[in-house]
Amino acid sequence: MANRLVLLLLAICAVTAQKYHVGRSATADEIKTTDQFMAPDGTGLPPGKGTAVEGRDIYERRCSRCHGKQGQGDEEGPLAGGKGTLATPKPLKTVGSFWPYATTIYDYVHRAMPFDNPGLLDANQTYAVTAVILHLNGIIGEKDEMNAQTLPKVKMPNREGFIKDNRPDTGKMKK
Amino acid sequence: MPKNPRRSFLQLSGIAALAGCGSQPGTKTEEEKLPSALGKPIRAYGERSQFETAKRAVPDLKRPQIGSTRTPLAETEGIITPSSLHFERHHAGVPELDPAKHTLLLHGLVDRPLVFTVADLKRLPSASHIYFVECAGNSGGEWKAPGGPNAAASFGLASCSEWTGVPLKVLLEEAGLKKEGKWLVAEGADACKMSRSLPIEKALDDCLVAYSQNGEAIRPEQGYPLRLVVPGYEGNVNVKWLRQIKIVDQPNQTKDETSKYTDLLADGTSRQFTFLMDAKSVITYPSGGQKLPGPGFQEIRGLAWSGRGIIDRVDVSTDGGKTWQKAALQEPRLPKAFTRFRLPWQWDGKETEIVARATDSSGYAQPTREELTTARGMNSNYHYNGVKVWKIAADGSVKNG
Repeated sequence: MANRLVLLLLAICAVTAQKYHVGRSATADEIKTTDQFMAPDGTGLPPGKGTAVEGRDIYERRCSRCHGKQGQGDEEGPLAGGKGTLATPKPLKTVGSFWPYATTIYDYVHRAMPFDNPGLLDANQTYAVTAVILHLNGIIGEKDEMNAQTLPKVKMPNREGFIKDNRPDTGKMKK
Repeated sequence: MPKNPRRSFLQLSGIAALAGCGSQPGTKTEEEKLPSALGKPIRAYGERSQFETAKRAVPDLKRPQIGSTRTPLAETEGIITPSSLHFERHHAGVPELDPAKHTLLLHGLVDRPLVFTVADLKRLPSASHIYFVECAGNSGGEWKAPGGPNAAASFGLASCSEWTGVPLKVLLEEAGLKKEGKWLVAEGADACKMSRSLPIEKALDDCLVAYSQNGEAIRPEQGYPLRLVVPGYEGNVNVKWLRQIKIVDQPNQTKDETSKYTDLLADGTSRQFTFLMDAKSVITYPSGGQKLPGPGFQEIRGLAWSGRGIIDRVDVSTDGGKTWQKAALQEPRLPKAFTRFRLPWQWDGKETEIVARATDSSGYAQPTREELTTARGMNSNYHYNGVKVWKIAADGSVKNG
């Protein structure tokens, strides 16, 4: 019995023990600075808030040149529209018609936009621009406040439109 | 017997030139000068011959930081893509990262969050493997119409390299992976901080945190100094300029795994997390844009690969799919790597169509375009792996079939 216990303890140690001792411990501060990931349940969304009304000015100055005043697309792809087109010969994939999670908008704007100056917008501005994009798609009202609690609860129209990978879906070799 | 037979030969050929062409004694043609002329001195870093021209076609883009270049597959031999010709796909340009300053942060659902320098990673147990990397969007244009004019345009978002690095499993064990950790999310150090989620099973299987490509440091366009190599999975998850890996309990649903790299089907639903690259092949000779020198012997050459494993066979038809012959496969055949195939062929000089079809070790065979579009419709954009037909005209010119 005692032997078994020792073996069990050894097994646990083997799973969790550091073997090479190469690399150093990460500090809480550097994790906090580097980790800007956010999950669809809202984990990682920062404090802050914004509405479409508040975000309109930033959108027009920083986003509309590429994405169009109404999100219809210009130099870059559209952000709005395309409702009901996914099963047609000319699907228009936009935030409103295609994206399954509203948190992805915040995450992407925060990490990658504006294209020539990512990280320019602070948390309030990012929530506000996210609200503009949702409002342009008719998903929220212009005064609906987006924050760490409300954004994950926004129901995206195509939320149920994704399935798992079920390939192979073409025939096997004829022997 | 002359002391220097080479000199003697040159003298003789000089005489022959004199007799034949009436040139002055002591003058030699350029050709005659070559063997004895002193060459260029030794140099610290090699360049290819000035006569070689294979290159990645660079499209004219409004924003050259977002775009791709393609490997000129028809101008490569064997299975290794020269690093300088590996395809590129960037979302916010190529960052210039100092390897003395760059670090990899590994954190989230682990017992010990760790920071590794590039030097740390090079100290750890290493592994080298030959793997292809293929963009999920490779051959995407073929969904609407099989119109790609040449092998590079239709298939060039695929390349194959020997990658060396630390197995990701080693790092996860070092950090102490918690059992709640079901996914990881990896992030690059490009301006858009490109990020993708990946199931932990794959991370523990065969992923590498690579620092070397084809024997030297990974090229900047391929992720210098660190790249996550995810064998057999779509190129986009092979995160370049890798700066952090966070262990999480759910995928993060990043832009590039929701809005992009999801496969829209005919009924309007989309497949998500379609990581695997299915079996595929392309004939590189004769292929679109080339011209056969004339009837007679040709060696049909091509490349086949599969994210599911090893290429087991490649069948080639030289009569538009009526009859098929087994191509010879160059050994060693490696899992999730390019395999070179070859078939000797006597071309009778008549118009015909040639096509190849790969089968992998799982038994999966490459579908026709019709089989693919029947299963998925025309709007999937990604993961096109239908067979490619090249049409040979009576004058030997090769075009998209």
